[in-house]
Amino acid sequence: MTNGTRGPFVNGVLARFAEEHEGLPGAALPWLRRVRSDAIGRFAELGLPTTRHEDWKYTSVAAIERRAFDTPFDASSNGLAERALARHALDGTHRLVFVDGRYAPGLSRLDTLPAGAQVGSLAAAIAARPDRLEDLFVADDEAPANGFTTLNSALWADGAWIDLAPGVVLDMPIHLLFITTRNDLASFPRNLVRAGAEAGVTLIEHHAGPDDASYFTDAVTRIVLGKGARVAHAKLQQEGRRSFHIAAIHAEQAQDSRFGSHAFAFGGQLARSEIATRLGAEDCEAKLVGLYVGSGRQHIDHHTCIDHAQPRGTSREVYKGVLDGAARAVFNGRVIVRPDAQQTDAQQSNRNLLLSDSAEVDTKPQLEIWADDVKCAHGATVGQLDADQLHYLRSRGIDEAAARSLLIRAFAADTLEGIEHAALRARLESLLPGGLPEAA
Amino acid sequence: MGNQAVQLDELISQDYRHGFYTPMEVDALPHGLSEDVIRMISAKKKEPEFMLEWRLKAFRHWLTMTEPHWATVRHPPIDYQDIVYYSAPRSQQDGPQSLADVDPELLRTYEKLGVPLHERELLAGVAVDAVFDSVSVATTFKAKLGELGIIFCSFSEAVQNHPDLVRQYLGSVVPYTDNFFATLNSAVFSDGSFCYIPPGVRCPMELSTYFRINAKNTGQFERTLIIADRGAYVSYLEGCTAPMRDENQLHAAVVELIALEGAQIKYSTVQNWYPGDKDGKGGIYNFVTKRGDCREANSKISWTQVETGSAITWKYPSVILQGDNSVGEFHSVALTNHYQQADTGTKMIHLGRNTRSTILSKGISAGHGSNAYRGLVKVAKSAVGARNYTQCDSLLLGDRCAAHTFPYIEVKNASARVEHEASTSRIGEDQLFYCQSRGISAEDAVSLIVSGFCKEVFKQLPMEFAVEAQKLLGVSLEGAIG
Repeated sequence: MTNGTRGPFVNGVLARFAEEHEGLPGAALPWLRRVRSDAIGRFAELGLPTTRHEDWKYTSVAAIERRAFDTPFDASSNGLAERALARHALDGTHRLVFVDGRYAPGLSRLDTLPAGAQVGSLAAAIAARPDRLEDLFVADDEAPANGFTTLNSALWADGAWIDLAPGVVLDMPIHLLFITTRNDLASFPRNLVRAGAEAGVTLIEHHAGPDDASYFTDAVTRIVLGKGARVAHAKLQQEGRRSFHIAAIHAEQAQDSRFGSHAFAFGGQLARSEIATRLGAEDCEAKLVGLYVGSGRQHIDHHTCIDHAQPRGTSREVYKGVLDGAARAVFNGRVIVRPDAQQTDAQQSNRNLLLSDSAEVDTKPQLEIWADDVKCAHGATVGQLDADQLHYLRSRGIDEAAARSLLIRAFAADTLEGIEHAALRARLESLLPGGLPEAA
Repeated sequence: MGNQAVQLDELISQDYRHGFYTPMEVDALPHGLSEDVIRMISAKKKEPEFMLEWRLKAFRHWLTMTEPHWATVRHPPIDYQDIVYYSAPRSQQDGPQSLADVDPELLRTYEKLGVPLHERELLAGVAVDAVFDSVSVATTFKAKLGELGIIFCSFSEAVQNHPDLVRQYLGSVVPYTDNFFATLNSAVFSDGSFCYIPPGVRCPMELSTYFRINAKNTGQFERTLIIADRGAYVSYLEGCTAPMRDENQLHAAVVELIALEGAQIKYSTVQNWYPGDKDGKGGIYNFVTKRGDCREANSKISWTQVETGSAITWKYPSVILQGDNSVGEFHSVALTNHYQQADTGTKMIHLGRNTRSTILSKGISAGHGSNAYRGLVKVAKSAVGARNYTQCDSLLLGDRCAAHTFPYIEVKNASARVEHEASTSRIGEDQLFYCQSRGISAEDAVSLIVSGFCKEVFKQLPMEFAVEAQKLLGVSLEGAIG
């Protein structure tokens, strides 16, 4: 199916693969060479998605298509990464820092880890213990893909590798900080997370870059949860205002496991996150929470998919958006209940606040239900600030601007529920829109 | 539980009551589609030149289109050359001048269907236009309506007698380029109903079209055009049945509604085409384009549909809210049993200021039935103060049925308020137990719960239709206890 388009971007990455694949991690491993070459072959067929694809109906990637990005890796530091680190670091976390797509050991900091926990660079892990990774890559190869995820499979150069033996629980979250420092750069981070039975971990996947650079991030995170495992994944997207950010997070859940996802999107000119989890065994739980805040001409897209494949799964999903200026948000939330997934309980909601007449929201919550003994509900709303609530606050002497701020903040704040880590919570609170004005 | 399942099966396997076939001498074109066939249809109907040109434009456009496949329905490919595009009872060739001229065999057929074409009969409050295969066979109460200036006749008559109105409004809501099936309809439509309500007139009775597919291998392509002029009001009903056959038949109709300033149109459908047998064999493919245009201020269009028939239903009655303060409504009950599939919903396109729309959709899936709600609520930048409320609920009976919801919401105006809610559940064990513990049999309990589930939609139907719809639902669902 050659229904994608071919422009400078596609030609650029194909040429780059031909030139550079010998230098990518694991080039000496036959199975990984095959995974990469299969992926680039599929990408050559697929191309980038167009708005004729139902999943990309509201998000055009033509602006990416028109660009050719560089990928030179240059270890010399220009000081940007250090300054970004000072701004984005979070206290009380293990930290893995990736600069322009490559692991930066000098900026990373790992405290003592319990036995049975491996946390580090994926490129290093491929070099040291390729046998432990093969099945994950091959399984990934079979997952549904679009042009961007296949491109990541072909071109990833580094990312995080987190492997927890059964029963290993990390007290401190792992902060994965991806910093881009260069204009015109494309990076393809890939993270692999495997939590054994009853293991537990909190991840903070954090993307940041300068506002004056135009660059492209194509990230893929894959999380495999063993029986009874608990993984919480928080994504903090603070890319530069001229950047392109396309990311996929795929989780696969075993029996009794719990997967929590928080997605906070603030940055990017064009940003899209696909977050999918498959409740592949009985009694799983999934909770997906998101907040997107857009202004200017930002385009922010979230596609989520909760796939109930087995009985007695529970899922809760709440996504909220605040749009100002000429920003546009897209939300597509898919909940599938397969024929065997009896006694599923799935609730989903998407609420949007439009603050300007030029802002736009396209939302599509969808339920696909093939079992009968289920409780499923979804809701979506689009609206503006409530005039009665504004009036109430103003009648108590709060000026219009402050009243609006308060209401916007109140709308957004409940997406922080469930974030327990103090530093992360404080950081998110500082990023929320609205809020009380400084005391005079 | 096991016992209930047996009862359920018995109930579900109730026969389709309108499945008989009336042997008639017919005047039909050979099957297949070409410009010649279209010229012949147009010639048979003695149409003016502009109609033929319009049909041919549509046909040429259709040749460039491909059949859409995005709906959540599955069916074997349709061979468009294997369909008879025109079939008329021979006795009707010259068109009946009055009811006395109508072939008694036809009258008996409608009698059997419970649609009396005699003007004195029970349903005396309803004027009926009956369409049999490709042609309209009778229109009742014409004279009485004529006194008020209301034009209610078959489409063919309208083309002859009111060509200016037809020319002005035909295709103005659903253009001939609209979609694959609407374009096909534009090329080959054979008849249908036409209705014009003059300014300030409130139509004193329900107008009704009754569609019947009788002949084998024919497709039915009718077209309905309703215009409510300024301040007019009309309530319109549509009913459909077909004989039982093993092969699938295509029904691709187009309905266009136009409401001018302050006008109101209420359009109700009880669709009971043959759904196929319990193994999913046969049945009608009901691929219909229905759209209303609130063209001027303060107008209102309301769609109510009860969809219990057809092997596959694929339709989205829509409203374009152009006029300021105009109102669109969509009330729907869709039931799928056995192997029936329905992909239905609505589109509300808000363009004018302070436009409002309400969507209420109730889907019931039983057996292997699959039911999808697919809807679009679009608020354009110009639609200041637009308001939409959508509720879609699905009820599941049986563990092999499916219910899907695909609501599209596109909002480009900050003053808009759009709300969508949907829920899916099966009939609660506790509800059933409660009823049964009070001596209500399992079937009656299911029927009670289902009618409660559909009540809000049924109360939108005119009384005669509401009774029929309730009965229909009862028959289609009998025994559907999961």
